[in-house]
Amino acid sequence: MNQSLVSIAGHSREKIEYLIRMAQEFEKHPNRLLLQGRVVATLFFEPSTRTRLSFETAANRLGARVIGFADPKVTSGTKGETLKDTIMMVSNYADIIVMRHHLEGAAQYASEVSPVPIINAGDGANQHPSQTMLDLYTIYQTQGTLDNLNIYLVGDLKYGRTVHSLLTAMRHFNPTFHFIAPDELAMPESYKQYCRDNDIRYIEHQDFDADVIAGADILYMTRVQRERFTDLMEYERVKDRYLLKLDMLAKARPNMRILHPLPRVNEIEYSIDDDPHAYYFQQARNGLFAREALICDALGIGLEQVQNDKTIIL
Amino acid sequence: MKRQELIVSALDHGTVIDHIPCDRLFEVINLLHLQDMTSKVTIGFNLKSAKMGTKSIIKIADRFFTDEELNQLSVVAPNVTLAIIRDYEVVEKRSVTLPEELHGLVRCNNPKCITNNEPMKTVFHLKDRQKGTIRCHYCNHEQEIRKVKIQ
Repeated sequence: MNQSLVSIAGHSREKIEYLIRMAQEFEKHPNRLLLQGRVVATLFFEPSTRTRLSFETAANRLGARVIGFADPKVTSGTKGETLKDTIMMVSNYADIIVMRHHLEGAAQYASEVSPVPIINAGDGANQHPSQTMLDLYTIYQTQGTLDNLNIYLVGDLKYGRTVHSLLTAMRHFNPTFHFIAPDELAMPESYKQYCRDNDIRYIEHQDFDADVIAGADILYMTRVQRERFTDLMEYERVKDRYLLKLDMLAKARPNMRILHPLPRVNEIEYSIDDDPHAYYFQQARNGLFAREALICDALGIGLEQVQNDKTIIL
Repeated sequence: MKRQELIVSALDHGTVIDHIPCDRLFEVINLLHLQDMTSKVTIGFNLKSAKMGTKSIIKIADRFFTDEELNQLSVVAPNVTLAIIRDYEVVEKRSVTLPEELHGLVRCNNPKCITNNEPMKTVFHLKDRQKGTIRCHYCNHEQEIRKVKIQ
């Protein structure tokens, strides 16, 4: 039974809620021997230190052993080996493969050829389901629900894979989205069409100030990267306009939380870190619990088994 | 008076593909692998057509194609007409329809798609029949069917 996780786009509301409940169990007790005797492979054809560390920590805390590579330079892919051959070889050794690849669709293809489950840890600009899962988990954790929330997406909404996946996954929960981005990095028309097709309300804002932020339950910040701009003058002009400053939180709702997929460069003023609205470091920590849940789910370990787990290490 | 028509011997058994746009003729030939055939194939190119101005036509003797093979033609030439001939009689006339899925046919226009970097067949899903858009099964990029390149 191959339960690969390529994308979260196809997940039902029930499946998302099920995975959230499972992640809650892992938050209560992250250290277990549920995967004792199993081998998890992490194949990073594209380096991504924090995603790899998070997956490897999840595997280690569940008692699995981890093999793999962190840098594509050491793999035979550079010698011209096909992705299929690498996957077939590693699937002889590991019970599950966590892979990151710079090419879009690589995880889908790997899941079709692999005899063991594949977890997509990012395939180019396409999908990054474990990030979406930890975002959903964090939103649920901070708001007590996923339903009827005002979610503000700020920064790079054009290339930002995380905001696109989040938008897609939230369609089950009647959200209102607010888009705040420079013109060059505005939300693509295809995603606005997706919103209209799925009855998702969205509002586009020109300003980014205390009055706009006052309506937010979730303020999801992303990095505005210099290399995304064709016109560097334009970058210099807009980069500070999407910087979140402490005084902009003056009218924020008490339940509002600031999320960021990290790494942060200059989107959030450092003085905000100590503000109760700041939540990005806890969000990153939630990545561990979300990934523990995703690995177990892909291996066919159910919520009931996790709830009745006798291997918890206290 | 001199006859102005092209005289081609009638087909006793086989398939006639008519109303092929001239700029798509060679793609149709490739799609159906006509170059590998051993039976008689007659190809007319730049023929006069009341409907289209100019058109191309292919007559293939002793060969009948599956629906799947013929529906592939819809990608490059959606308005062709087909006639199935048995014993010099047209036993069936039909058009082609774009299938829900295209396997190993179209190239993905996203250079970062895995299908352009790995020896594998592409898969596309029909997204909008009216608009003629298809979506790559792997990278999810969409493209217009009339702009596709054949894999």
